[in-house]
Amino acid sequence: MGELTRFPPRDRDERSIDSDFPERAAITRAAAGIGVYAGAFGVTFGAIAVASGLSVLQAIVMSVVAYTGASQFAFVGVLAAGGSPLAGLSAALLLGTRNMFYGVPVTQVVRPRGLQRLWTAHFVIDETTAMAVAQRDSRAGRYAFWATGISLYSLWTVGTVAGALIGSGINTSAFGLSAAAPAIFLALLWPQLSRDGAPTVAMTAGLVSLILIPITPPGVPILAAAVVAAVVGASPARATVAKKES
Amino acid sequence: MSLWIMLALTSLGSYGLKLAGVSLPGSVLNHPRVQRTASLLPPAMLTALTVTDLFDVSGHYSVDWPLLAGVGAGAIAMRLKASLVTVFVVAIVTCALLQLIA
Repeated sequence: MGELTRFPPRDRDERSIDSDFPERAAITRAAAGIGVYAGAFGVTFGAIAVASGLSVLQAIVMSVVAYTGASQFAFVGVLAAGGSPLAGLSAALLLGTRNMFYGVPVTQVVRPRGLQRLWTAHFVIDETTAMAVAQRDSRAGRYAFWATGISLYSLWTVGTVAGALIGSGINTSAFGLSAAAPAIFLALLWPQLSRDGAPTVAMTAGLVSLILIPITPPGVPILAAAVVAAVVGASPARATVAKKES
Repeated sequence: MSLWIMLALTSLGSYGLKLAGVSLPGSVLNHPRVQRTASLLPPAMLTALTVTDLFDVSGHYSVDWPLLAGVGAGAIAMRLKASLVTVFVVAIVTCALLQLIA
């Protein structure tokens, strides 16, 4: 556990809950704000999931158990495009691997022990990780992680229930909802493009998937994009080039 | 039934990946090539998801102009540093209005 040295040792003794810290109110506000947008996306997910062929219960189960927005949108997106559930599963899990890597910084801040890992893990997603690592010390980080996680989880689930019920009652295709999923994907993609080599990989992946649309079964163009990422990521030569460029 | 099974596997698998992340020793996940691949997966896949949402209808090229314009308007909002919710509302409202006109 050499990572722990990232934080001053005194921090370990400051675990009492009653002692307040100055960022608390600001973190609570930010967490509530994230929850509100999660609620809006939850409504969208519920409606799109039902329009893609999921039942109301299936949409809710996904949000409660999977609880990782991009993967859920990918799963129902592949189904909506006529892809097999297996292709949807592969796309969702490949996209979900990033949550595994968030485990490293989150563990350094939240420090779950033993069985605590079981419920801490469920809340490790883009937003909670970003909020946890953005704080000055690990006490504020822990608070940010849980405040964001709980606010986001509850509103994402409530939103999904509402969206699935609305979507099963009315035809949502008339409400511009088809633009919601690609707009969300694009908005999630944007900040990722600042990473080393990401623009080239994204453009190659986009081109490969575009070419494959009429050739392969639906869902496969998205998996091919994962192959592009894996080939570039595992290649040592490309890694050096990208480092020189930056 | 197959949909239920795949949905359950996706949901439990998503949780399993998170659990692996907080349980595996950091050294396993800190390998540079592993990390690099992991950091390139989201941009690659999100681009492919956007592309297929815009141009793929059951394995055929197809362009829905209100949809494309809606997402384009969202992209412009994003470039103007609008919040995620604004991007999303701009995209949906533009698409819905153009669908009404068309």
